[in-house]
Amino acid sequence: MATEPITTELAGSCVGPNGGAIGMPQLCADWFPNQVFWLIIALVAIYFILTRIGLPRVGGVLAERQGTITNHIAAAEELKIRAQEAEKAYDKALADARAEAGRIVAAAKADIQKDLDAAMAKADEEIAAKSAESEAAIDEIRKGAMAAIEEVAKDTAGALVTALGGSGDQAAIDGAVEARLKG
Amino acid sequence: MATETATATEHGAEAAAHGAEAAHGGLNIHPMDQFIVKPLFGDGPVGMFTVTNVTLWMAVAVACVALLMVIGTRGRNIVPSRAQSIAELAYGFIYKMVEDVTGKEGVKYFPYIMTLFLFIVISNFIGLIPMAFTTTSHIAVTAVLALAVFLSVTVLGFIKNGPGFLGLFWVSSAPLVLRPILAIIELISYFVRPVSHSIRLAGNLMAGHAVIKVFAGFAGALGLFSILPIAAITAVYALELLVAFIQAYVFTILTCVYLKDALHPHH
Repeated sequence: MATEPITTELAGSCVGPNGGAIGMPQLCADWFPNQVFWLIIALVAIYFILTRIGLPRVGGVLAERQGTITNHIAAAEELKIRAQEAEKAYDKALADARAEAGRIVAAAKADIQKDLDAAMAKADEEIAAKSAESEAAIDEIRKGAMAAIEEVAKDTAGALVTALGGSGDQAAIDGAVEARLKG
Repeated sequence: MATETATATEHGAEAAAHGAEAAHGGLNIHPMDQFIVKPLFGDGPVGMFTVTNVTLWMAVAVACVALLMVIGTRGRNIVPSRAQSIAELAYGFIYKMVEDVTGKEGVKYFPYIMTLFLFIVISNFIGLIPMAFTTTSHIAVTAVLALAVFLSVTVLGFIKNGPGFLGLFWVSSAPLVLRPILAIIELISYFVRPVSHSIRLAGNLMAGHAVIKVFAGFAGALGLFSILPIAAITAVYALELLVAFIQAYVFTILTCVYLKDALHPHH
């Protein structure tokens, strides 16, 4: 107890008259209660500092950090999946666009073909009309020519008959010429 | 030259405040004086509640714990400051040790083990400050720590396992003939635990501090050649820094091992 005075003899058994240690101070039993008392106070103080403030705080910070890291990894994972989805969507859009472009090209080709066909048909028609017209004109010319030949032949035949001293029966001559031409 | 050395010796001796012994001449080394417990105020006897250098240096240790674990972690930063990193490192180090050695059930005793570790490691380190008093170099202090571990582990062992805790001494994997002999050996080693546990810590620290003091005594007497003991002090000091941490680590991990025995007494 604090009130209990420690005799000089006891104190003297650990410290010499000149203030130096006698033997090992570690083995001085007079000091044990003091050391044990303050040790227990110190340990209890440290225990309360740790359990009330220190450890929960550090544990909380560590858990929070772990949580943050986990969250960030999860977020990164999600972003990666989204990036993959976006890539897939892009690929799909590209393929669609290609197909659409192909379709448009085919449609345009078909359109052009139709126009071309129509134009060809029209041109053919025009050509046919023109050639029919030409043929008619040729026919006419040919007919005209034939008639002229016939007339010339009849006239020539008449003239020949007259020149040869025959009596010109123009009708008989014409009939003979016609028969000859038809033959 | 000779007179100069003599004056130097005398001067050193006076500084050591042991004038009476210095009169005898020669080396004047008092390696154990640094372990004396003395009252901070006045010259009275050392009673149980006397404020002594023990009180002072334990208070410094408590202040260091508060500085590290409370002030240092004040920011609660996700990206830690330097002090917070050290606090987190200490937390992670001991937490992992407890979990690895004792398993999941041991984790709830983590605050007690952390208390022990921080007290010992900080006391060891602040004891290395020149002129400091090393509380953990005293067997009275380490014996209380070791006995606290021994008693609580033994009580815990019986509470958790009942009489099954005695299975710790009955090596069921050994041949039946050997088991009683092994049981005696196990029993003896079990009761020697607190002794070795406490003397290991106090002995290591006391030896290191005493060696440094002895070399310091030589340095005072050798004049120009004192460079040699000073170099030796530097080397021993470096070693003591290592010992300060290692002994705290050893004490803590042995505590974990004893705790594991209490939680899982079967080999």
